[in-house]
Amino acid sequence: MDDLIKEFLVESIENLDRLDSELVKLESDPSSQELLSSIFRTIHTIKGSCGFLGFGKLEKVAHAGESLLSLLRDGKIPLTADLTSGLLSMVDAIRTILSAIQATGQDGKEEYPELVETLNRLQQSGRKPESKILPEQKPPDSSKKRAATARKEDDKSAKLGQVSEAQGKAEEMFSAPQESKDSLGAQGTDDSRVRPVSGKIGGLLVERGLVNAEVLARALKEQLEGDPRRVGEILVSIGSVAQEDLRAALRVQDASRTNSAAADTIRVDVQLLDKLMNLVGELVLTRNQITQFSARQTDPILVSSTQQLNLLTSELQGEVMKTRMQPISNVFDKFPRVVRDVAMSCGKQVQMEMEGKETELDKSLLEAIKDPLTHIVRNSVDHGIEMPDKRVARGKRPEGHLKLRACHEGGQVVIEITDDGAGIDTARIKNKALERGLITPQQATQMSDRELLNLIFLPGFSTAEKVTNLSGRGVGMDVVKTNIDKVNGSVDLQSTLGKGTAIKIKIPLTLAIVRAVIVQTAGRRFAIPQVSIQELVRLDGDRVRTDIEQVHGVPVYRLRGRLLPLVHLHEELKLKREAGGSVEQDASVNIVVLEADDHPFGLVVDEIKDSEEIVVKPLGKRLKGIKVFAGATIMGDGKVALILDVVGLAQSARILSGARDRALTEKVDESLEKEAAKQSFLLFAGPDDSRMALPLATLARLEEFPISQVEESGNEWVVQYRGQILPLIRLDRVLEERRLRVRIAQGMAEPNAGPLQVLVCNDEGHTLGLVVERILDIVEDRANVKSPASRAGVQYAVVINDRVTELLDISAIKRMSKEIRSAPIEHVEVST
Amino acid sequence: MAQPHQFCTFYLDKLMFGVELQKVQEVMRHLELTEIPLAPDVVSGLMNLRGQIITAIDLRHRLELPARPDGILPMNVVIRSADGAVSFLVDEIGDVVEVDDESFESPPETLQGKVRQVILGVHKLEKHLMHVLDTDKACEIAERNEPALVEG
Repeated sequence: MDDLIKEFLVESIENLDRLDSELVKLESDPSSQELLSSIFRTIHTIKGSCGFLGFGKLEKVAHAGESLLSLLRDGKIPLTADLTSGLLSMVDAIRTILSAIQATGQDGKEEYPELVETLNRLQQSGRKPESKILPEQKPPDSSKKRAATARKEDDKSAKLGQVSEAQGKAEEMFSAPQESKDSLGAQGTDDSRVRPVSGKIGGLLVERGLVNAEVLARALKEQLEGDPRRVGEILVSIGSVAQEDLRAALRVQDASRTNSAAADTIRVDVQLLDKLMNLVGELVLTRNQITQFSARQTDPILVSSTQQLNLLTSELQGEVMKTRMQPISNVFDKFPRVVRDVAMSCGKQVQMEMEGKETELDKSLLEAIKDPLTHIVRNSVDHGIEMPDKRVARGKRPEGHLKLRACHEGGQVVIEITDDGAGIDTARIKNKALERGLITPQQATQMSDRELLNLIFLPGFSTAEKVTNLSGRGVGMDVVKTNIDKVNGSVDLQSTLGKGTAIKIKIPLTLAIVRAVIVQTAGRRFAIPQVSIQELVRLDGDRVRTDIEQVHGVPVYRLRGRLLPLVHLHEELKLKREAGGSVEQDASVNIVVLEADDHPFGLVVDEIKDSEEIVVKPLGKRLKGIKVFAGATIMGDGKVALILDVVGLAQSARILSGARDRALTEKVDESLEKEAAKQSFLLFAGPDDSRMALPLATLARLEEFPISQVEESGNEWVVQYRGQILPLIRLDRVLEERRLRVRIAQGMAEPNAGPLQVLVCNDEGHTLGLVVERILDIVEDRANVKSPASRAGVQYAVVINDRVTELLDISAIKRMSKEIRSAPIEHVEVST
Repeated sequence: MAQPHQFCTFYLDKLMFGVELQKVQEVMRHLELTEIPLAPDVVSGLMNLRGQIITAIDLRHRLELPARPDGILPMNVVIRSADGAVSFLVDEIGDVVEVDDESFESPPETLQGKVRQVILGVHKLEKHLMHVLDTDKACEIAERNEPALVEG
């Protein structure tokens, strides 16, 4: 295809996407000249280009739209919902023609006579007899006079013309609103050179009525005569503009400039980026090889240049990743249109709010979440938000509220879709599930609300009473879940009947490079993505025989009081172990605790090696059928290792059943054992035996340190831990000031004679150890009975396992410990 | 019409085989393989070809020939296929030969079974018969084994 046409297509398709959201925005802000001129400009450009490229049909459609828009822009007709719909269908038509051009190089057979007709009719019908310029569009008072004066000024200085010419260039990017042309254009051709130009700060100020053209012209002249200051500064200095007004105007100017930042960017073929990414992947692998090699070398030059290579590679990897990152607005911006269309078609009113549009994620992931998100958004409007009269009857505003929020959270992207609609009726889900035989009546009585809600992710489950053309055909949420699962993401749904529904989607930032733990079994290495690993357990000596028990021949391990089914990797992969004999005869057993779809299980491997960054390479189509592998990677020594797919492995080991419907019954069975689980907490005894808890997610490990290992660094307790210095925070010291004083007076005596119980936690990238009296248990609880904290360092008190428990706030404790550290002496004085 | 074709030849169990030259990406000496547990027997494993991970297919197994005796390291004929590169493991690499259409003959009717789908026919060379492989079909077998894999 012609390069020219290709460029036209890329540009137009991009512009059309923007047009969709701009039109919807315009509906809520019909007087915005900025939006109107941007829309007009886009259509105008398309019309112009296709006339030039010879796409007659496209030109006709665009022309009808342009005429309508120009009337709209001039305020001759008001914006109505009909009109917006007409314009939107014009956008659709243009899009269809563009895709026809893309496919065939021709603009298709479709003529769209009806659409053109509608657009023409809208031009007529919208025109009101009394049509007048909207108040906002009235030219500033006496601007004619000002412009006239400006002309005189202009006559005095020929040079001034050059300034205006420069200003005129800016106009190409920012077409002047009509009123300034109307008011100033009347003075004849000479004036056009001095008239204030919108893109420039002077023009903006004039438009806003903050300064008159005469003063501006004087300022411009001063500048020409050698005043080095900027126009704005001159205007402020002569007192015609207030500093704040100038700043506000400058902000507007900046905003419009960023829109035309095209000069700073170039278009790059995605394939090229993919190739770059691959090459960087190779480089990372080569780096790993060299790092491994140089670790055995003593040559200082080699070692230092390897370090340099290491740093540079990491940086390069980061930057190249960034090139593939796109803001989520690329997907989000399509939603106002979707929401509008769905709401219109079912007679609802929906107000939409979006937050965190700038959140970036990998392009391929963006593609992957586009459909699921669209589906959820449609669902929310179609089924979630009620009809206006119903909403009013329920004491809500007639207008439904839909909120999309995206943000980064711990190396993942979190997307939340919240509506204030009807919510999901768990009773209805229950009935539906019973009706379809998905659950038994007995199970139904025992299922928690959350489990019932999660039933909607099963295939063929739709509770919509009426099937609309958009959603409710029974395919839906299960597809959403499958698609999100595919990219290693997770979906969580919460809903309160009558209040609304919130769906939370978590997806990784990128798929290409992940952190993985390397394990070895039967002499082969396998990589396990770190995200699915809960913890690593090693059993030594006698514990191998005592701690692994059997449930009717099936091995299990008691992990903090809960039975963890064990899966032997070599058995799953049908590999022969070189050592021979059963695992039970080994000197030690390594268990990797994994979780697949909320089902924890222990994977027994021969050896646990390092954790490293691996580049995920897909297995060819030929090997896609082997579900236990997610892909392959090249290790530091150049050999290939397979990456385990945790969900696939769980399925093949029957931890999860392969078929979805069977998964349900197993899930339900499981849920009967499990209580209404929500969050896992670690329970421990704090100072004075007070019962405290921390969410398990905030903890990295639990450790015991003999008191002899504790060293003092400054005023701080530290231990050497995995090659690092781990600062210890003593809870008794931070929380309980009275005891602290006594203790310090006694000269740093240890809290008790035994080893220290330490919770290793990560807080904002820093690792720290929390010394507690005793670790009690790990429990899963909803913890929804809360009361405010009674002391600092505690987030709030909650009821966990029927007992009041204080939930600690790690960040606050860290802060408090620093305060204490900086002023310990005073405490001693007070206490003694 | 005499149209010359170029074939890359190799040997399996003393039989001569050929694949069209333009399908061949490269030939390589032995590379270390990583076995894929649960994969069909035809798939020998994965190998690292300059940072690219490539599936290796045991052509002896694919053609239902006796297994390669221990101690002989297979060589690689790397083929371009629709789904990325694939390596055929062969005993020995031969020359590139140029043949005309005239020397071609379809396989005899007595050649039966799965192998018939893979062997397009033979070119009658002076001393040998060169079996012409359908590379796409030869790569395909693993795909057809898939349903069995899922169960395993």
